Amino acid sequence: MAEMTPTGGAPADSFRPIPPRPPPSSAVGPVRWVRENLVSSPLNVLLTAIGLYLIWLIVPPLIDWALVSADFFGSSSDDCTSDGACWVFVGARFQFFIYGFYPDPERWRVNIMFLMLAAFLVPQFLPGTPAVVRKWLGIFGLTLYPLITAVLLLGGVFGLPAVETGKWGGLMLTLVLSYVGIVAALPIGILLALGRRSHMPIIRTICVMFIELWRGVPLISVLFMASVMLPLFLPEGVNFDKLLRALIGIVMFQSAYMAEVIRGGLQGIPKGQYEAAAALGLGYWRATGLIILPQALKMVIPGIVNTFIALFKDTTLVLIIGLFDILGAVQASIVDPAWGRVAVEGYVFAAFCFWVFCFGMSQYSQGLERKLHTGHKR
Amino acid sequence: MTDIISMQDPNGLVDGHPVDHHVGAEAMIQITDMNKWFGSFHVLRDINLTVHKGERIVVCGPSGSGKSTMIRCVNRLEEHQAGSIVVDGIELTEDVKKIDMIRREVGMVFQHFNLFPHLTVLENCVLSPIWVRKEPRRQAEERAMALLERVKIPEQALKYPGQLSGGQQQRVAIARALCMNPKLMLFDEPTSALDPEMIKEVLDVMVQLAESGMTMVCVTHEMGFAKTVADRVVFMDSGQVVEQAPPSEFFTNPKSDRTRLFLSQILKH
Ligand SMILES: Nc1ncnc2c1ncn2[C@@H]1O[C@H](COP(=O)(O)OP(=O)(O)OP(=O)(O)O)[C@@H](O)[C@H]1O
Ligand SMILES: [Mg+2]
Repeated sequence: MAEMTPTGGAPADSFRPIPPRPPPSSAVGPVRWVRENLVSSPLNVLLTAIGLYLIWLIVPPLIDWALVSADFFGSSSDDCTSDGACWVFVGARFQFFIYGFYPDPERWRVNIMFLMLAAFLVPQFLPGTPAVVRKWLGIFGLTLYPLITAVLLLGGVFGLPAVETGKWGGLMLTLVLSYVGIVAALPIGILLALGRRSHMPIIRTICVMFIELWRGVPLISVLFMASVMLPLFLPEGVNFDKLLRALIGIVMFQSAYMAEVIRGGLQGIPKGQYEAAAALGLGYWRATGLIILPQALKMVIPGIVNTFIALFKDTTLVLIIGLFDILGAVQASIVDPAWGRVAVEGYVFAAFCFWVFCFGMSQYSQGLERKLHTGHKR
Repeated sequence: MTDIISMQDPNGLVDGHPVDHHVGAEAMIQITDMNKWFGSFHVLRDINLTVHKGERIVVCGPSGSGKSTMIRCVNRLEEHQAGSIVVDGIELTEDVKKIDMIRREVGMVFQHFNLFPHLTVLENCVLSPIWVRKEPRRQAEERAMALLERVKIPEQALKYPGQLSGGQQQRVAIARALCMNPKLMLFDEPTSALDPEMIKEVLDVMVQLAESGMTMVCVTHEMGFAKTVADRVVFMDSGQVVEQAPPSEFFTNPKSDRTRLFLSQILKH
């Protein structure tokens, strides 16, 4: 054995590491992917074939309808001559889909709302944004932004003509409803979740009752209550805004759901974390704010975002109390006899708008999870 | 009384042997006739224990004998129902202010480290000085770095606990407790969740801390540590303090047969 070692003098059993070799080509790259995922068994081969056939059946006609033989330019149904999609309809009603009945000369106010939203949201998605900028933009978005927007959209001060909320509609209304819903439901949900775990029986009972009450009724009935029943209970002459009532209903409803999601996170925090915080002299609020909540919230980011996405889509239910969010605006437009059969185009557009926002939230949450990941759990 | 104190050498050692010279010193912990129940289960029964300033106590005893519960009563992680506990002249009662005052002066190290996984090592250490003691961040960080140096892991300051080995995490936990400048340190089996090769690095830090004159109460099964460092060994069983004696006496000439049985069992392994 000794003559086989190149150094000769080294003992025969000395350890020599084997240099790493690249894996065989069947184990890497596209070849491996195809082998593992598409043709790994007879059943898989069959499924792959069926899948390809279905794609062949669906995708080309879809592209043909949506893009190749679609009409993009024009201003009325007369411009939709081909048998593809009539995007002219979406173009002609675009303003209505975005602003609802918000008066034409005041729409710049809504545009400012959109611009500000983009201004503090887009940097959150860009990887190069410094943490300090992120933080302050986030604080702006959660505090000043809703206030500025409320003043701007409502008007009636600083020489801005008042625009009653009955005129709000389209995408703008969808965003107002869901933004307020999200920004308010999270903190209220946190407080409810903490309250439900409180050692004080009164607080705990109140929180449990609140959560179970709102979780136990459908959102539609909450909205009906808010718009139809609530005015009956209010004293004569007291009347507050329908949009505000719908908002309160949505916030209450969603914060109950949020509370349960967050409670799930709180239950995942080991007792040792509370004890370490207590032993260091941190009181309840500091321990909660600095130690418990950051970990609990991080743990349930997927659940929180899930709730946000559901909330975003649930705002369409305000249709039944006579508010026209983007879906309502589309629905009101497709029945216009001047346009003929444009329902599919309208719904596709509405679905696309919802998808963009929901996908954005989903991407943001995944980025956040990656950023907050701090090494393996022990 | 004063000349007793002035005669002490700083390590509390005379000819290399610890002596019980703390009798005259002021008490750091004074537990009198303390009783505690978990529901109807009587965990701690008529506990009487005095720990003097600068004294190192090792608490041992079989599993379930109430060692953890006893030291957790000292900083009110557990509440006692009868008798009194006085820590550095402050009696533990319902009074939240007093509990806070005591917790500020008492550091605790847990079996499972209990570091905050979402914060870096340095942030773990400065959190409490900044939020509880209201120290400026720079000052807190300097102190924390000095202490991380002392436990020999300054280079890990910016890592997260999840990236460290168990022994390193436990040393961070010790540094974190020391950052509050405690007058008393409680250790609850600090090495029993560690692999054998990591135990030594943590014990070294604890020995060094003992040599610096810190008042310490350690629940541990490391009898070597008890022999070299402790001024007194407290043996507990069934929620009672069965025997307490300097290690020389405790290990060679235990008074109680329960202690003898326990010692024969642990020394067998
Ligand atoms: N929160 C609790 N509720 C009810 N019983 C408890 C609780 N904590 C501890 N006990 C019980 O009290 C007794 C003493 O527990 P303790 O943890 O103090 O023992 P120990 O001496 O530290 O044991 P070990 O060496 O296993 O850590 C045990 O019988 C345990 O089951
Ligand atoms: Mg224990």
